[in-house]
Order: sequence, then C-alpha cells, then structure tokens
Amino acid sequence: MKVLVAVKRVVDYKVQIRVKSDNSGVETQNVKMSVNPPDENAIEEAVKLKEQGLANEIISVSIGDDKSQDVLRTSMAMGIDRSILVKSQNTLEPLAVAKTLKIIIDKEKPDLVLMGKQAIDDDSNQTGQILSALLNWPQGCFISNLKIENNKVFISREIDEGIENLETSLPAVLTCDLRLNTPRFASLPNIMKAKKKPLETIDIDTLGIDTSSKIKTLKVIEPPKRKAGIMVNDVKELVQKLKYEAKVI
Amino acid sequence: MSVLVVAEHDNKNLKSSTLNTISAAEKLSEDIHLLILGNKIEDLAKSSKSIQLVKKVIICDHEKLENQIPELSSPIISNLAENYSHILAPSSTFGKNLLPRVSALLDVTQISDIIGIESQDTFIRPIYAGNAISYVQTDQKINLMTVRPTSFEKCEETGGDAAVENISFIDSEVKTTFVSREVSKSDRPELGNARVVVSGGRGLENSDNFKLLYDLADKLNAAVGASRAAVDSGYIGNEYQVGQTGKMVAPELYIAVGISGAIQHLAGMKESKVIVAINKDLEAPIFNIADYGLSSDLFQAIPEIIKELDLLNQI
Repeated sequence: MKVLVAVKRVVDYKVQIRVKSDNSGVETQNVKMSVNPPDENAIEEAVKLKEQGLANEIISVSIGDDKSQDVLRTSMAMGIDRSILVKSQNTLEPLAVAKTLKIIIDKEKPDLVLMGKQAIDDDSNQTGQILSALLNWPQGCFISNLKIENNKVFISREIDEGIENLETSLPAVLTCDLRLNTPRFASLPNIMKAKKKPLETIDIDTLGIDTSSKIKTLKVIEPPKRKAGIMVNDVKELVQKLKYEAKVI
Repeated sequence: MSVLVVAEHDNKNLKSSTLNTISAAEKLSEDIHLLILGNKIEDLAKSSKSIQLVKKVIICDHEKLENQIPELSSPIISNLAENYSHILAPSSTFGKNLLPRVSALLDVTQISDIIGIESQDTFIRPIYAGNAISYVQTDQKINLMTVRPTSFEKCEETGGDAAVENISFIDSEVKTTFVSREVSKSDRPELGNARVVVSGGRGLENSDNFKLLYDLADKLNAAVGASRAAVDSGYIGNEYQVGQTGKMVAPELYIAVGISGAIQHLAGMKESKVIVAINKDLEAPIFNIADYGLSSDLFQAIPEIIKELDLLNQI
C-alpha cells in the first residue's frame, strides 16, 4: 500500500498572532512556522502504517513557496520516505488545493490519502472532503481511530454527538483529528538523514489548473477584546455577584 | 433569489443548529427553503413546516439516507443548486462533513463558519481560532456557506405553514457503510445550546472528579463541557470538548473550572456573555478574559457553590 500525506506550513500554534496594521491579513513574516498540528497526526499515522508493514511507501506533499520545504523535511525526519513540493507564491483556497493534490494523486496513485482535518490558520476544514469528492473516493473525516485489514478500512470519527464508526474500502481520503495518535519527535540522527531524502519540486503553473482566488479578503481585523473582570474573594461573593450583578443565575 | 438551508436532524427532530442557520438565511432572502434528507422523516417534515421563516420544506425520504453518509447526500444537494443564490448548513460536524463535497460537485469555493452577514456577497468569518476576523467577498454563481450556530439566534419554530415538496432519491455507488454511533445519553441541555455551561479542565485530575461538575451543572440546569486537556486525558468524552477543534459555545454563563485557558479553548467560549473562572493558579490565562475570577481550590469551591445555590433557592 502506498500512502500520501498532505502537509501545510502554518504559523506555529503557540504563537500569539498579530493582525497587520493595514488590515490586509495576519503577520506571517518573522514568526515561527510549523507543520499544521493535525497534519502531524496524519504523518504519524502514515509512519505507523509503514512500521506495521501495511504501507510500503509513504510520501508527503505540500503546496507553498520554497519555505514549505521545511515542513516536508520535518515529515521526512518523522519517517516519510520522500516529498513533493508544489511551488506556489499565492495562498490557495481549499478547492484549488484539492485540485492540485488530485493531479499529484493521479500521478502517484496512492491507495490512501491522509491529512489533518483542518488547518489552524484559515480554519476552513474543507480540503479532504473536496478531494474525496473530486476523486470519487470514500471520505472519512475527523478520524480518531483507524484500522486497515484486507483492504477494508475501519474508522472512528469524532462527531458532535460522540463517536461514529464506519467501514469503507481503499482507496480513501481520511482527515485526522488530534486524538488519532501522538506524533513522535524527530530525533537528531533522523533530522540529518531527512536532509538526504528525495524532495521533488513541481511548479504549480505547469499543472494547468485554475488556482485563482474566488474569495476576496476585504479586511482582517482584531476581534473585540473582552474587558478585564474582577477577582472575587470567596464563593459567597461569587454567587452574590452572579445573582445580583450579572443576573445570570 | 431563494436560499436553501440543509437541515441537521436525527430523523425525528431538527437540531437547534438548523434553527440558528435559518435565522442566518433570513438576512439573505425572504424565500427560505429547508432541505431535509433522511429516513422515515414524514413527522419531521410535518413539524418543520410550521417554522415561520420557512416557505418550503423539501424532503428526500429514503432508507439509504438514514445515517447521512455525505457521499450519498451531496449529489442530491448539488442537483438542486441552480435554483438558489445561497446554500447554508450549520458548521457542526454534520455541515463540515457534507457541504465541502457539494462545493466540489459545483466547482465553487465554500465559505466556512460565518459569524456575520454584511450583504448578499460579503460575509464575516473568524480565522486563526478567532484571533482574527476576516471580511470576505465573493462573486461566484452560488454561495455555499457553513454557519456558526452560536452567532445567530434560533428562529421561531411555530407560526408558519410551509409547502412540503417531496423529491426523489438519487442513488450513488457508495463504498462506505455505517457501523455504529456511540452517543452519550444525558438529560442535561445540549452543549451548543445551553443557557449555562460548566466546563472542567485538567485541574479535575480524573474522571471521577467530574461528578462534582455534574452536580453543579444539575443545580444550574447547565450543560457540561471540557477542555481538550481533560478529553485527551480521558476524563470525559470528546463530545464535551469546547474549543477550536471542538464545539463553539456562547452561553449566558460559562463557568470554567480547573481550566488554564489555552488559546484553542478560549476560541470556543470567549463569546459567552458572562465568564467565571475558578482556578488555584492565579497566573492562569483564563483569568484575563473572565468577568469573575476566583483563585481557589476547586475541590473546596465547587461544593461551597452548590451549598450557596441551595441557600439562594430557600430565600
């Protein structure tokens, strides 16, 4: 089985983001960037499938500028065999990302595609679902458990009501929840080894797809700040305040 | 033009998120159609036609739609799309799972998780876990959007008499079969919709201690929530998680107990009207957004609060 993992480079989840002063977006220059957290779970799952002998080749793909090489190197340090960078100067919308991934998938012919359930920058939560529809493959979103046996795929999905268990088959597109696994840290020797693993670069303009934006961002603003409240001394004061000041109990 | 709202339901009742989404649709059109895809939904169709804002209820009733597999429902929705300027679904796990597939079939870009509607083509949505707010505009042939339920009021469920139209099921070859659903039964209000939410974090230390929170929740007729740390530690099920990757809540009163206040948790609850934080760590970031903070050991504070509430109720 061949597994393809899609990876996005995003502002690190620990960074307190800043809105640009001209309200054109969020500052991404000179801030720490990392692998999108649920994409790390996707990488980890692919590496586990290889360790279990279920996958024989695991590859990662990212779309972005040259800097996105760093998240691909991270994925290879975690155990991915080789990577593909689709070079694009522009930020793509989920539909264009899915179309780009489809072209890579048509060429690479993986049996399973894994990715995070959402990117923590634009929070769209769309790409896996769109890709699954474009490929006409089964979709499994927000998975927290995966078992593959004899070409059958058993997944548990995290839904608002609890957990949903589904059975499907390969090939499939699965999007990963943070609870799927615990991503490993890349060891120093593996980081060194990853530098020698193959990283292919493809220019997005050679793929012949429309990647133009369909959505125009008019402005990006900071959310309204909550004003600081007060500290109460004890439970009695708290309950009195809630009853007679806030009037919520 | 007309607006189509895709209903979230359990084949018996509409989820309240559907009512919030209908309110969002009201800002776009007076001609709102509600699409219900499900199995044995005659009664549901009957009760839905009384929603005043809805002009037409469109139902597709088929046994294969029982479990709302998106591979089956998305072609039925895209097939109706040409009649509408906008298609809306709640941005719950139901809508997130389904609507992007429809966008793929229609070759349009969906706008996720809108919290405001400026005009027919301009929408407001949070990015970076709500740490920035984006105003976006589109001129696509049709606008597909998921709607954050807590950002719109629930619409009235009565006063209307909509027409009901049956549409035929379109079968698709689907390789996915439903196995089971693990749903926790509770008499408490629904988390996304409760007037009061009592949430616990890692400070609760184990699942047994969550009983303390359940007692407090029952006193206040509140829903119970949890931080990701508490869910990851196995204290409580994932369906209780509040935050960027869990549920968004905006109750009148949110009581955070033993929750430090990670960015991703704040993203899910900072729109609450009144926030109370109880934590023994005075440095916990949750205090920066709390209206009322109590620096105290929760294992003492919660029983005391329950006692005080009992006293209030005696007066």
